[in-house]
Amino acid sequence: MENQVIADEKTTAVITAIVESHVTSRSELIPILKAVMDELGFISPEAIKQLSSRMQIPCSEIQSVATFYRMLSTQPRGKHVIQFCESAPCHVVGGRQILEALKKALDIEPGETTPDNRWTFLTTSCLGVCGIGPVMLVDTDLYGNLEPEQIPHILSRYD
Amino acid sequence: MKVIRSMVLISHDLLSIQRGADRIEQVFRKELHRYGLQDEVSISLIDDVGHSFALPLVIIYPEAVIYGPVSLQDVPLIIEEHLYKGRILEEKLAPPYDLSGRIAWIYTRKGSLPAENRIVLKNVGQIDPNSIEDYIAHDGYQALGIALEMTPEEVITQIKASGLQGRGGAGFPAGLKWSFVRKAYGHQKYVVCNADESEPGTFKDRLILEGDPHRIIEGMLIAGYAVGASEGYIYIRGEYQLAVDRMENAIAQAKQFGLLGEDIMGSGFAFDLHIHTGAGAYICGEETALIESIEGKRGEPRSRPPYPTTEGLWGKPTVVNNVETLANIAPIILNGSDWFRSFGTATSPGTKVYTILGNLNVTGLIEVPMGITLREIITFYGKGIKHGYFKMAQTGGSGGSIIPSSLQDTPMDFASFAKAGVALGSGALLICNDEVCVVDLARVLLNFFRKECCGKCSPCRVGTEKAYQILSAISQGRGKMEDLKTLEQISFQLNELSNCGLGQTAAVPLRDMLYRFRDEVEAHIRLNVCPAGACSLSIPALV
Repeated sequence: MENQVIADEKTTAVITAIVESHVTSRSELIPILKAVMDELGFISPEAIKQLSSRMQIPCSEIQSVATFYRMLSTQPRGKHVIQFCESAPCHVVGGRQILEALKKALDIEPGETTPDNRWTFLTTSCLGVCGIGPVMLVDTDLYGNLEPEQIPHILSRYD
Repeated sequence: MKVIRSMVLISHDLLSIQRGADRIEQVFRKELHRYGLQDEVSISLIDDVGHSFALPLVIIYPEAVIYGPVSLQDVPLIIEEHLYKGRILEEKLAPPYDLSGRIAWIYTRKGSLPAENRIVLKNVGQIDPNSIEDYIAHDGYQALGIALEMTPEEVITQIKASGLQGRGGAGFPAGLKWSFVRKAYGHQKYVVCNADESEPGTFKDRLILEGDPHRIIEGMLIAGYAVGASEGYIYIRGEYQLAVDRMENAIAQAKQFGLLGEDIMGSGFAFDLHIHTGAGAYICGEETALIESIEGKRGEPRSRPPYPTTEGLWGKPTVVNNVETLANIAPIILNGSDWFRSFGTATSPGTKVYTILGNLNVTGLIEVPMGITLREIITFYGKGIKHGYFKMAQTGGSGGSIIPSSLQDTPMDFASFAKAGVALGSGALLICNDEVCVVDLARVLLNFFRKECCGKCSPCRVGTEKAYQILSAISQGRGKMEDLKTLEQISFQLNELSNCGLGQTAAVPLRDMLYRFRDEVEAHIRLNVCPAGACSLSIPALV
């Protein structure tokens, strides 16, 4: 209960700061939600509620936008987010083996978060660096020309 | 007067910086002084075009030699051997494999290969993308000056005469689109640059934005002047952070130089430019979905008509052009439409930027005249298939056609491809060798459409999901012959009933798989065999 209160207070502070630094027109909704993602890690129900009252947009509409875009998440994510490209250009140059190696190293399926909250493993559509497939993005670091043997080594760089 | 004998380009993207590109630049400058070469050799920091294990790279012109990965200790050696004595340092050359994803044209510029005609990529990798002076020194913003002395109608006539077709995939004549917006009723009009490049296999727009951002600003200014718009938006996909940074910087510089804002070049023409970044949705590359997204809504395509040319952003007439299309505008105004028509074919003039990918020895970005054949691209620019032989290619990203090797001598331009029943699309060329199974490929493609479908209309939402399930079953050995009939139906319905291009193009790989590679699909079902050996058919066939 106490944790909840602290979390809500943090949300309030973050939302206040973000709303004050943006124009609160409808067209700014996506940039604002992205800023919330950066600060809170995900878009919580409380955040949606507060944005709704400050921006005069119904909760349902904010929810619908927040669930539409891939870079926005309404679920908490782990400390590090792995995004693995599963599109065709990466697939034909050995992407499938990388996917298997990632599953084995992390011991979870795509879309899941490890029990220790360290990793969230997502598959994504094209990341736009297809020339060096297979490609994965760990937080903001991009790794290309991947070989299955590299996976444990790359993961060990993150705490 | 300084005469520059050699140009040294140092890659300066995030990864290179992490690996000490800044320090390498400092040492380069210091060492050049030591050899007294500082007036003969110029150093520029260029954008890297794709991340690679060979970073940081040092590229030296005019020899077009690529060194990488370069460490601090290598710098004196490169200067002494290459720049001072004129010998190429063979052991420090970047290995071809690590250059994958890099600018393949650097390789092709020298040697016996047919030269590329570079219009769009002329400056990319050659100028400092963060410097407006560098762009102006390369004839930048001259076309804008010329255009502002013409009437808007003359500008449109010029673009129409050039025969420039939209480079986003559909190939709609750009001049015609502009004339629609010019004639549309209303005081407020908009120019939108579609830089939401999410098509798997395509990254040409990213490289244009990162390497030559001012070219896009100039193209948008000319478009704005021609159609009578005073405001423009660049919609850049959210993943392209470097492109966003470069573009923000370029816009700030253009404002400082009086090339954006009120009374541009004393002509009375005013234009303002904003950046809008996406948040990760393939569908936002569709022009009406993109407009919805700029307005802050879910990126769901609108029903058309009305087309954006009459009712676009905030209900106002809007011209939406792809990055590559806009990058062609300034050269056309500067050199004339006849010059532009001297490239490519009669029906599809100009050049096309292709990204070449897959099982090739060299992958990357090339700009070649329209009408080149696939065989030429694979042999000359791709340096051949990596292993195995050429089986099929997919042109134009996920929704592109899958074409068998028998079509590799068809000229690649909008008209010839349409005749052969192939879509040229956005310029991605995914080359597959004999180890790639067509069922598996189609399954991956449909998985993409299934996930990226916006969910607004049911033919697409249900059809892509269903097709994916069937393809998964076939690739696991659970397919039935009736499934092929169902797939044909789905393909037909997707094409006929979907609201937007996503669903319509999702039908293309399905159709091509069924018509061009039917025996391979049937082998999965009838014989429980994957001829390419890619699918794991674990369940034995029941007789």
